[in-house]
Amino acid sequence: MDRIPILKMGRALLVTIQVDMHDRLALALEEDLTTRIVATKARGVLIDISSLEIVDSFIGRMLDNIASVARVLDADTVVVGMRPAVAITLVELGLELNGIKTALNVERGMELIRARLDDMEAVDGGDDED
Amino acid sequence: MSSTDAAGLSSLLRQHEDAILTEWLDQLSQGGVQSGRMSEQELRTQCRALLSAFADGVASGGLDATRSGFYGVRDLLSDIARTRALQGYSAGETALFVFSLKRPLASRITQAGGPGAAEDVLAVSMLLDQLGLHVMEVYQKSREEVIIRQQQEIAELSTPVVQLWTGVLALPLIGTLDSARTQVVMENLLQSIVDAEAEIAIIDITGVPTVDTLVAQHLLKTVAAARLMGADCIISGIRPQIAQTMVHLGVELNVVTKATLADAFKLALQRTGRTVTKVVAGGPARTSQQG
Repeated sequence: MDRIPILKMGRALLVTIQVDMHDRLALALEEDLTTRIVATKARGVLIDISSLEIVDSFIGRMLDNIASVARVLDADTVVVGMRPAVAITLVELGLELNGIKTALNVERGMELIRARLDDMEAVDGGDDED
Repeated sequence: MSSTDAAGLSSLLRQHEDAILTEWLDQLSQGGVQSGRMSEQELRTQCRALLSAFADGVASGGLDATRSGFYGVRDLLSDIARTRALQGYSAGETALFVFSLKRPLASRITQAGGPGAAEDVLAVSMLLDQLGLHVMEVYQKSREEVIIRQQQEIAELSTPVVQLWTGVLALPLIGTLDSARTQVVMENLLQSIVDAEAEIAIIDITGVPTVDTLVAQHLLKTVAAARLMGADCIISGIRPQIAQTMVHLGVELNVVTKATLADAFKLALQRTGRTVTKVVAGGPARTSQQG
């Protein structure tokens, strides 16, 4: 089965989704990512979905789940490059992904993660896991 | 109503056409219908055409306006009503155009006398009522068409996204937000965010007349979608009355709000690490500095 590659950049993990997400792929990604976060002691996860054209409620929930799992493991998730159509779909589905940080492109997303790595104490407000 | 009455009426109309026309025009000018939007000559021609079509209609269709004999009259009236709706005549003025024909016709019929005169007057009056109703229907339909067209034009004009600074977009909303417009606004804004690589979008609602729970929900949807794209939204231009209404309705906008577009812009510049400084007299003209 296909797997989505997870790249390690320092203390951050980089995931670029370049194929159509189907349910099993999403489940596999969640599992792989969880293992990798623990193995690499990553403190940030950057998911680039700029090539993702179609989302459904399941994929939306998976993104949310991945972020939640990452947060439990003390890593920040930043989703970057979401397309307008995808954003509208998620909002209409009622999935506002409130726990996830977002950025316009990979560059800005990395800045967010770097800022967090530089100041480990400054975690996004509202969650008290740290 | 027997056909002899219709035949009598039609010959009466033909006989006294000029007199009826003059009396009708008098009635119209008395009723204040003629208010300078149409020349007297034009009105006279219109009335004459209608009167002759009316006589034809009565001759062939009797005294029932729904018969095929009255198609000519109805077409003519439709045209007149449509033109008047576009020219800005009021509904009353348009209706009066037909109804003021009653008195001249009634007086002619009474003058001609006969045993059934009272009945004839009533029949003609009902006939004109039917035609008046037809005029009103066409008039209203024309006005509705005008309104729909204007709505479309407003929708096209009212969703511009402007760039205030590098990475700062503004969306001045004008008019009421409904689902259809929110969709257009959202798509426009999100595409502009991608195109301009904007970090901050300011949604200015100075031109939104009312904010109820539904409008607020639409605004929040737009804000949430922009956030998913990685851009922050600031809402500005909430007028005092609207702020009060929102609080009374229990509408919560969990977004940064600023009173004016200027304040929102200032905050946007601050967040992107810029400040606005006053030009020092004699110095080089610089209004903004990269932080």
